[in-house]
Amino acid sequence: MDIVSATAGDATTTTPYRMRLLAGWADTGTTAGLAEHHRRYAPLPPAAFAGRGGPARLIGLVESSGLRGRGGGGFPTARKLAAVAAGRGPRTVVANGCEGDPAGAKDRVLMELAPHLVIDGILLAAHAVGAAEAVLCVHEDSSAIPVLAAALRERGATRTPIRIVEVTRRYVASEETALVSVLDRGDARPRGRFPRPTERGVRSRPTLVDNVETLAHLALIARYGDAWFRAAGTDDSPGTTLVTVGGAVNDPGVYEIELGLPIGAILQVAGGPLVPVQAVLLGGLGGTWLGPEFVRTPLSHAGCRTAGAALGIAAVIALPAAACGIAETARVLRFLADESAGQCGPCMFGLPAIADDMDELALMPDHAGRVAARLRSRLAVIPGRGACAHPDGAVRLAASALHVFADDVAGHAEGGPCRWVGQPSWMPVPAPAGRRR
Amino acid sequence: MSRTPLRLRVEPITCHAHGICRELLPELIRLDEWGYPVLDDHPVPAALLAPARVAVRSCPSLALRLDRMA
Amino acid sequence: MGQSLWFASRGTGLVTALLLTATTVLGAIHAGRVTSARWPRFTLHAVHRNLSLLTLVFLAVHVASAIIDPYAGIAWLDVVVPFVSTYHPFWLGMGAVAFDLILAVVVTSLLRRRIGLWWWRAVHLSAYALWPVAMLHGVGIGGADTRLGWVLALYLACAAAVLVAVVRRLLVRDPDRDARRRAWTS
Repeated sequence: MDIVSATAGDATTTTPYRMRLLAGWADTGTTAGLAEHHRRYAPLPPAAFAGRGGPARLIGLVESSGLRGRGGGGFPTARKLAAVAAGRGPRTVVANGCEGDPAGAKDRVLMELAPHLVIDGILLAAHAVGAAEAVLCVHEDSSAIPVLAAALRERGATRTPIRIVEVTRRYVASEETALVSVLDRGDARPRGRFPRPTERGVRSRPTLVDNVETLAHLALIARYGDAWFRAAGTDDSPGTTLVTVGGAVNDPGVYEIELGLPIGAILQVAGGPLVPVQAVLLGGLGGTWLGPEFVRTPLSHAGCRTAGAALGIAAVIALPAAACGIAETARVLRFLADESAGQCGPCMFGLPAIADDMDELALMPDHAGRVAARLRSRLAVIPGRGACAHPDGAVRLAASALHVFADDVAGHAEGGPCRWVGQPSWMPVPAPAGRRR
Repeated sequence: MSRTPLRLRVEPITCHAHGICRELLPELIRLDEWGYPVLDDHPVPAALLAPARVAVRSCPSLALRLDRMA
Repeated sequence: MGQSLWFASRGTGLVTALLLTATTVLGAIHAGRVTSARWPRFTLHAVHRNLSLLTLVFLAVHVASAIIDPYAGIAWLDVVVPFVSTYHPFWLGMGAVAFDLILAVVVTSLLRRRIGLWWWRAVHLSAYALWPVAMLHGVGIGGADTRLGWVLALYLACAAAVLVAVVRRLLVRDPDRDARRRAWTS
């Protein structure tokens, strides 16, 4: 995937576009070494957060900046920091650079272009919560690993030791309790929603699990302050964010945009649509389809919520008007079903069942009405019943497909099998033939 | 006994679809098509607390719990 | 009193064997996930549990009467420590092994919530070893009793019942277990 950044040329409704995380790096497309990093951002101001009240001041600054997690949940970062800082005993920081969703590439791009910004963020977070150790989790075989390793060597001994841990390349392995589990016992499967890692994480100690982009923003907030951070973005979603734009656009890739930018403008940032676009999948594979109204939907937490979607990992996939949304959704559902950790009944039986239903909707139009009814009843019963949000994401995807592609469902019910079946997919999922098992 | 409302919860990883909870407490528990319990978020009515406790005790996987509502 | 204690011990021993067999069979059926309208699983489980407690009662009488009766000179220690008795050390030792296992199974079941499912299950599975050991103790030590036609028939019926229940349990398909086995490969 190209690593391109651009200005939001045609964006009409927002302030001029700013680049922060990727400032400069993206122009050259090469990794920033420590000297270059310091030249652009200046070294961390150590004095500002030293002393007894230092960590609390840092957390206060993050709180007033309004920074929210960039890993999908959008949880206020300061609340997590404060929860871990208030915990008892030794604490751990886990930087999540795993990015299990194939729709996203932003974390890898960030770690490859600006590894020192991520390292700054880890060290600051460790300082804020009083952690004695930090772990940077990256997918096994990721091209970011040698870059990060080189950056850590360049740093020498850091205040808080940081080690890189490679995690199996599975969708659910980047979920926060799965990371805790892989660090504790080498099993990269989610462990359940309670207790949260902030209370009982790695070795049952309070643990901060934050996405690497979140930590990079933290490194900039520590330097430039909360007001500077809030100067971009919206009230409820301040700052900039990395987006991964894919599908039918001219220049798919990772871009930094200001939160609140309409998704139509984001497609323009990525070179504009390749062909007419009927819908976008927003937030990752377990995300939400948005119909033509996506053009004006602001990419912010509130904007997505109003549109019935979730920002998720800020991935946008553009679907051509000629493609069949039902067939594409069926492919993604099959992938998500195969990626189930196989721990919770509603997920290990429910996801294959709804993937089958969506397949049938695309392939066997005779009884489309009955299949759609069965699918709807299954979608009603699955959410909220897994140890992690994986089944919820699959259900969100399927439900939004039925809504946005209602015409396709009706069309399949009238005519023959889907003309799009067998065509190459626009979705970033492995081809069914190449699947495991 | 406290008056805090209690609700039933199932540990999804631990639950192995034995279905005994449903046999003991059909008023509050139904099974999905794969045999896993579907619970609602409502507090357990006082009249059903005793059978709910029996259901919790009888789960072969220890997956069913009665939790205080937050 | 005469021989009454000795007869009591032999009689309760035989009843214990029957009850233990019934408990084991019901346990295996329960684990094999049989359900029917007339025998819902919680009923099955309740009967399994209550029969096991009844087994304990008869076992206590069986053991106590054997010790109190001076005929065989069995000591309290012989009940829990296998193979140290002067009377039929091997066959009585089998009884001691079975007794210890029964205690372990019962205690872990009472503490199931506390010790966690893994340990409970590990100990509870030893019931499948406990049953043959207990039966061997009965057959071996029974002497002349075992050669009675109806006693022999009873033992054979018990063995057949346990065999059928265990084979059934091994053959039954459990979709949950199958799905868990194939799901996570990494």
